Amino acid sequence: MIRNRKGEQNMKKVYAIEKLCLNCRLCEVYCKTAHSKSKDVVKAYKFEQPAPVARIFVEGDNRRSFALQCRHCAKPKCVEACITGAMQKDPVTGVVSNDPERCVGCMTCLAVCPFGVLREGAIAYKCDLCQGEEEPACVKNCPNHALIYVEEGTQK
Amino acid sequence: MRYYSSDYIVLRNEERCIACGVCERQCANGVHRKDPDTGKMTADESKCVDCQRCVCMCPTRALAIRKNPNEFRDNANWSMQAIEEVEKQAESGGVLLSSMGNPQPYPIYWDHILLNASQVTNPSIDPLREPMETKTFLGSKPDRLEYSKTGKLLTNIPPTVELNSPIMFSAMSFGSISLNAQKSIAMAAKECNTFFNTGEGGLHKELEPYADHCIVQVASGRFGVHKGYLDRGKIVEIKIGQGAKPGIGGHLPGEKVNYEVSQTRMIPEGTDAISPAPHHDIYSIEDLRQLIYSLKEATHYRKPISVKIAAVHNIAAIASGAVRAGADIIAIDGFRGGTGSTPTRFRDTVGIPVELALASVDQRLRDEGIRQQVSLVVAGSVRNSADVVKAIALGADAVYIASAALIAMGCHMCRTCYTGNCNWGIATQKEELTRRLNPEIMSERVANVFRAWDHEIKELMGGMGINAIDSLRGNRLMLRGIGLTQKELDILGIRYAGE
Amino acid sequence: MLQQEGQIRIPSGCAISAVINKKGVCFSGERIIKSIALMHDRSNGLGGGFAAYGIYPQFKELYALHIFYDTTEAKAKTEQFLNEHFEIEMAGRMPTRKTESIRSSPIIWRYFVRPDKARLVESELDEEEFTTRCVFRVNTTIGGAFVFSSGKNMGAFKAVGYPEDVGEFYMLDDYKGYLWTAHGRFPTNTPGWWGGAHPFTLLDWSIVHNGEISSYDANRRYIEMFGYKCTLQTDTEVITYLFDLLVRKHKLSLETAANIIAAPMWEEIAAMPKEQREYYTTLRKTYSSALVNGPFSIILGFNNGLLALNDRLKLRALMAAKQGDEVFFASEEAAIRTICPEPDKIWSIEGGRPIIVTLDPTV
Repeated sequence: MIRNRKGEQNMKKVYAIEKLCLNCRLCEVYCKTAHSKSKDVVKAYKFEQPAPVARIFVEGDNRRSFALQCRHCAKPKCVEACITGAMQKDPVTGVVSNDPERCVGCMTCLAVCPFGVLREGAIAYKCDLCQGEEEPACVKNCPNHALIYVEEGTQK
Repeated sequence: MRYYSSDYIVLRNEERCIACGVCERQCANGVHRKDPDTGKMTADESKCVDCQRCVCMCPTRALAIRKNPNEFRDNANWSMQAIEEVEKQAESGGVLLSSMGNPQPYPIYWDHILLNASQVTNPSIDPLREPMETKTFLGSKPDRLEYSKTGKLLTNIPPTVELNSPIMFSAMSFGSISLNAQKSIAMAAKECNTFFNTGEGGLHKELEPYADHCIVQVASGRFGVHKGYLDRGKIVEIKIGQGAKPGIGGHLPGEKVNYEVSQTRMIPEGTDAISPAPHHDIYSIEDLRQLIYSLKEATHYRKPISVKIAAVHNIAAIASGAVRAGADIIAIDGFRGGTGSTPTRFRDTVGIPVELALASVDQRLRDEGIRQQVSLVVAGSVRNSADVVKAIALGADAVYIASAALIAMGCHMCRTCYTGNCNWGIATQKEELTRRLNPEIMSERVANVFRAWDHEIKELMGGMGINAIDSLRGNRLMLRGIGLTQKELDILGIRYAGE
Repeated sequence: MLQQEGQIRIPSGCAISAVINKKGVCFSGERIIKSIALMHDRSNGLGGGFAAYGIYPQFKELYALHIFYDTTEAKAKTEQFLNEHFEIEMAGRMPTRKTESIRSSPIIWRYFVRPDKARLVESELDEEEFTTRCVFRVNTTIGGAFVFSSGKNMGAFKAVGYPEDVGEFYMLDDYKGYLWTAHGRFPTNTPGWWGGAHPFTLLDWSIVHNGEISSYDANRRYIEMFGYKCTLQTDTEVITYLFDLLVRKHKLSLETAANIIAAPMWEEIAAMPKEQREYYTTLRKTYSSALVNGPFSIILGFNNGLLALNDRLKLRALMAAKQGDEVFFASEEAAIRTICPEPDKIWSIEGGRPIIVTLDPTV
């Protein structure tokens, strides 16, 4: 276990290994499904309204690609910019999440995010690391282990 | 106009298809495409080789590949395949190419051999409770041991290698398969304490950490052969022939010879790597002896020298000659053995089944009293642990598997390796495809197959009341034939079921 | 058609027993008969036999050939062969006693012979190998003739029947030997052939065996590479040849031979000190096809003593006992106690660990 300067455990994050990424984009499919009501791929894509939104995006093409999602920054600009306080960083887990009840969809967070990993919809959508699950859906379903979920500082 | 139809059709369950495009991005043959007007997935089936990549990757299991139901007028002689082959040649004017092993419906003798089990007179042994030994040593063994009065061993013991189980990974060169594929197998070989075989493509520097589990091949093209290469291998194998193409050499087209391949093979980038049909320094058996002893000299008599030969009609005499020429191991490759590329006519009509070849070689070497001097390894479609057990009982010391290792990595035997477009990242050098094999995952899958087979071998042995593979080797009484003629039984040296 | 022993492999269960006097003191066959008779239920009347050592002191330099003949024609052919290859010192019908339960006896003859000098020189073989090959020749080429004993100063006596009746038939109470082994057979088929009864012998090797070896064909095909012919397809035959190969031809010690035939497990070898580890590894590597697998308990008799061995998993019973100069072995403890009620020591022998008893060097 790696600890930061304050002696706290570093948070676990999703890291992309570019040389293993196949550009299949199954991470997007499973992210969207994980964030659907039905948790069923076909229903999530074809029937659910409002349509669920994937929070991970593969950049690139078959020659070179990698998946990108919220970095859960130590000092998140989105939290700073949020006009309603919907965007919060959990002081214990470090997860940055957007409270759908409070978000008014002003999209200020999108404008300030240095990584461009938020998605616009009725509200702003972002990666929540699939809280409550052992592993985020994108990591669990990556067929080539191109996504890993490890403590910050332990990734190769 | 193309005169022949597509081999396959793509069945897409529209109710399940979510048009996510995974199939499109995963198909290097360009079969799937999203229609920009309808937003729906479509397919150009003429390009489909039935590799099953899209089927496996589809997150909604919406895909199935079927044989094209299109039919020509019935003709038992001019089959559809026979007609289409002529049509293809009318178009190309070339030799028909194929890959992997002989798919024609010849008898598969493994499937005509049944195993024994103990009942009453002799207890079966439970491998979960009792030791069950599959350890195997390959190499020449002396006929007898001599000790001095003080108990000192006087006999010179030739070099041998040790295997945990009588299964090794057969030759597949870097070039014919990707480095990731080779590395996955090398890692599995290390994990399972067995051997992988470089094939005739040299040993890539990334595989040097696995050299203790490596058989280095010296083939007619001598690609990648140098002193360090011979030093690193634990066994040096002279490849005379290959079951998929007895009588001809290999051909790696220039487009597969990228920088890495060219470095490992020691040839210029982009040039065809053509292995001559014979070794041009071996035109007879005494020449083979010279090469065997050159390699023994070069490796200071510390490594067994293997000679790999394709199973052909006079295999028993050839094997006997090879033993007398100094081979420590003979690898017999049957006519169902795989390959990256071979002329279809060779693959489908040259050579004989490995089961018959093994049985006659083992018996011939025993009749001549030289069986101890050599280990027999058989290759050419060993598909499961029962095939291994049958091979050992017929007289093999170990088997080589290759297709099974590729299948563990995703190969679905579409047999189009020669196109270089392997969607599973195995038989290709295209970086965007080879990336599909993560050696960490694939080595584990290959090792799993090895472990599973080893376990099954132990169970089958235990059932026969045998607790060491030594007692299974050549134990043909444990076998019975079914659906075979007396001639076949005689060659296999087994009795008919019920006898 | 029912196939005979030799045409088909017939597994059988058995009882075995042995007694040896280490000082070479000879005693009659009554005791061994009593011991094997106690285990009556372990055989089924389809084979019984004995091997006795020290019984022909007056002919101890000569090979004693015991031969079964089905026909007088076979006898004539065999005798012609023997006359060509041996000097026959004495020949005669085997003494037997009419016994109710022993029926359809073949013609049984006994010859005391020495190899013909000219033939021996011509063959460029040693005397033992010459005799062995002659025995093989008779057994494989002359139909209806079977040499069932060919050692010096020893003999095998066997028949289809219960062992105690066989002992009675051959009048073993009249013989005196320092080492006796006995066998009662329970074959799972009914060949009814005298040659198939045990012990099996080759020169002075005799083997009584209980078990069914699963390595049979691996062992057979191995041993046949060295010129042996397994005509009976029995375990006993193949084990005898293995010992003959390892000890007589390859000049290994009996103990080494036993360590090959019931080799230690690789696990055990891995835990041994380096020198021992290398020794066993080399043995197993070289003689892997001589490993005998499956359940067996065997007693191998020879002029100088005996060896008792169990398979390495100890899948068959074999007891041993000592009293004074005598050592006893039997499938069951009771079979020892019936002839030695209070032994100094009695124990069950360990799997894969040979026990070798030899005559005292002073004898």
